[in-house]
Amino acid sequence: MPDATDILNALVLMSNFVFVPALAYGSQLALGALGVTLVFGILRFANFAHGDLMAFGTTMVILMTWGLQAQGITAGPVPTALIALVPAILVTAIAAILIDRSVFGFYRKRRAAPVVLVIASVGVMFMLSAIVRFIMGTDDRRFSDGERFIIRAREFRDMTGLNEGLAIQTTQALTVIVAIVTVTALFIFLRRSRTGKAMRAYSDNEDLALLSGINPDRVVLITWIIAAALATIAGALYGLDKSFKPFTYFQLLLPIFAAAILGGIGQPIGAVVGGYIVAFSEVMMTYAYKRFVTYLVPETWAPEGLLQFLGTDYKFAVSFIILVVVLLIRPTGIFRGAVIK
Amino acid sequence: MTDTTVDTADKATSDDADTPVHAIVERTASPWRAPLAFTAMGLALIATGLFQSPAVALTILNMSLVSAIMAMGLNLQWGYAGLFNAGVMGFTALGGATAVVISHPPVMEALGAGGRGLALSALIVVAIIATVVFIASATRGRFRSFLIFVIVIAGYIALRPIFGAAVGAVEAVDPARTGFIGGLGLPITLSWVAGGVVAAGVAWIIGKVALGLRTDYLAIATLGISEIVVSVLKNEDWLVRGVKNVTGLPRPVPYEIELQQQAWFADLVEQVYAGQLAAISDAAAREDALRQFIVEGSGHFVKIAYAGLFTVVLLILLALCVRALNSPWGRMMRAIRDNEEAAAAMGKDVTRRHLQIFILGSAIIGIAGAMMTTLDGQFTPGTYNPLRFTFLIWVMVIVGGSGNNLGAVLGGFVIWFTWVQAEPAGAWIIEQITRDMDPSAPLYQHLQDIAAPFRLFVMGFVLLLFLRFSPKGILPEKVRHS
Repeated sequence: MPDATDILNALVLMSNFVFVPALAYGSQLALGALGVTLVFGILRFANFAHGDLMAFGTTMVILMTWGLQAQGITAGPVPTALIALVPAILVTAIAAILIDRSVFGFYRKRRAAPVVLVIASVGVMFMLSAIVRFIMGTDDRRFSDGERFIIRAREFRDMTGLNEGLAIQTTQALTVIVAIVTVTALFIFLRRSRTGKAMRAYSDNEDLALLSGINPDRVVLITWIIAAALATIAGALYGLDKSFKPFTYFQLLLPIFAAAILGGIGQPIGAVVGGYIVAFSEVMMTYAYKRFVTYLVPETWAPEGLLQFLGTDYKFAVSFIILVVVLLIRPTGIFRGAVIK
Repeated sequence: MTDTTVDTADKATSDDADTPVHAIVERTASPWRAPLAFTAMGLALIATGLFQSPAVALTILNMSLVSAIMAMGLNLQWGYAGLFNAGVMGFTALGGATAVVISHPPVMEALGAGGRGLALSALIVVAIIATVVFIASATRGRFRSFLIFVIVIAGYIALRPIFGAAVGAVEAVDPARTGFIGGLGLPITLSWVAGGVVAAGVAWIIGKVALGLRTDYLAIATLGISEIVVSVLKNEDWLVRGVKNVTGLPRPVPYEIELQQQAWFADLVEQVYAGQLAAISDAAAREDALRQFIVEGSGHFVKIAYAGLFTVVLLILLALCVRALNSPWGRMMRAIRDNEEAAAAMGKDVTRRHLQIFILGSAIIGIAGAMMTTLDGQFTPGTYNPLRFTFLIWVMVIVGGSGNNLGAVLGGFVIWFTWVQAEPAGAWIIEQITRDMDPSAPLYQHLQDIAAPFRLFVMGFVLLLFLRFSPKGILPEKVRHS
């Protein structure tokens, strides 16, 4: 039998390499999926440009961060990007509204089939990704400053006397906190405010909502503002946690869609739950359990292989498998979202 | 929400007969449209040959031919059946990998080291699939899902060490030069057919799973599959060397060096350039000029040979597509696209027909993928990205005219030409802007890097423009009314 220290070591190991990173990643996905699901619920199309909208928002955050740093303004222990979020959201929201006015609005007025809007979003995706690359280039960029860690692995080891260390980065903690605040605020807005109720009504039944005197232009406008805000926050948090590279944001599209569909398209709560499920599955499937198992089993049973289900390069496969399983078994998702025909 | 299934253009245009733009498009759809458009395209290529260089023009021509075939495959799926395939990249990459597997000579040493293990792994995979299929048909209910789950997990656990050892053995064989099992050592043109077959096989599996989903879901699912296909090709080094790339694939056309030593080729070049050679009076200088022309000409000759081969393939596929789609089968496809419910009510098996056309379209894309790898002479999985290999093909189909085979071909040419030329155009614009700037300024340095993404911008802009003002494309689909 493993003794108590071994079990503790194993738990700390799991927290350090699975739980903490997955929680942060899940929060980022949840925010991204919320944006996709809102657009899907209210504007009724899968927005392929959402990944690049996130990249655009992050670009704005980075520019503002540089501006603030040049002025000598920093946020102390937390990244300056946190202050930069506010003006960046503003700019991104304006950009999103401009895109809607010049591209999507045209097809919406004509009641074009949803797939036409999807193709239009591909065009927007091309242009946004070009603009992001115009401004930022294609390289990796890190824009995190302030204190890097809340707890360092060594400090934790010294503190507890365990073999395994637990490191929590500031950005990881920040991601989770910001995500909780944002999601709570959004839910209160959707549940309690008049506009939020109008949005939900519009999402449930467009014609009925119009008959009740809800102004569709206003609903669409607010939706884009919220989607842009969510995209900027999600993108900035992802960039702080890992790094900013335009192409990775495009690749986030798949796990984000998987999360939104898993939770039930058009269901905000589903997007959040879906985000965490996708993140945890991805991290857990690609983690090598060798050391974890070694702590828990007698020495002679220690495994030889890495005990890894999938190589880390196949993390897309995880989102994809989730996507396919959901679509086959329960296409409405966990929370019975809309299946828009 | 609405009753429309998939029509991109029709819905949008039929609603706004009052907009003058569309009215003009309707009226000017004359029989001269296609010949004129193709002539203009040809002139653009000739102009490139004159003002840039013949080599550039020929390179664009070759990739245009390949792109046209890809666009034709996608047009089958989207234009004729309304299937949103966002996984073009995956099928292209599969075709490319097939080209390696068919044409590269086998690496005997690696096969000796790991061949047995790989064969055993394949056997286990087949056994797992067979058992799952058997269980799926023999049992039912909750028990069935549980059994399938257990068998897949058990099979995976059995497979992992055997497969891992075999892969390790293969990849250890001279990793700097080979480190993979190699291929069959057959002529590479064979891989064009094989690439189509492999893509069709994978499309069958994907279609079984993903078709029947609503349009956007199919798009997301295929997007995911193509990412997985490419990441498998990138990471399974034992198969096609992954990101270490396979270079120097055998060619279906002669090599430049060989050509330069052939007497008949020297004669040919002498005849072609007779006028220019005669103008040189000095004998030694003439000899030098001839040698120069032979070196240049050999490159052009190889490119023209590729263009000839590709044109043959393009014409065969085009003829098949046009014939198939004017047949009762094609009429049925359009009926299904325009109104699925009505077609189903008439007794058409919508899901089966969708699967059929999805497989056919993917096979064509696979053929084009193998041809592209042949043209490059190398397979580089790291360069496959969805913007270039999936969405660019989409722009080709939409701009060319979805539902029209000639339109797809034209779109392949026009968009590939634009894609290639957008970069120098971007560079030129930047040069004009920065002419008076201080070359040491950071902004100047930064502006030098943005010529490359300029083409993404142009593509997005072109797509949005066409989608809005001419959603039927340059060559609209011919709608016959009886």
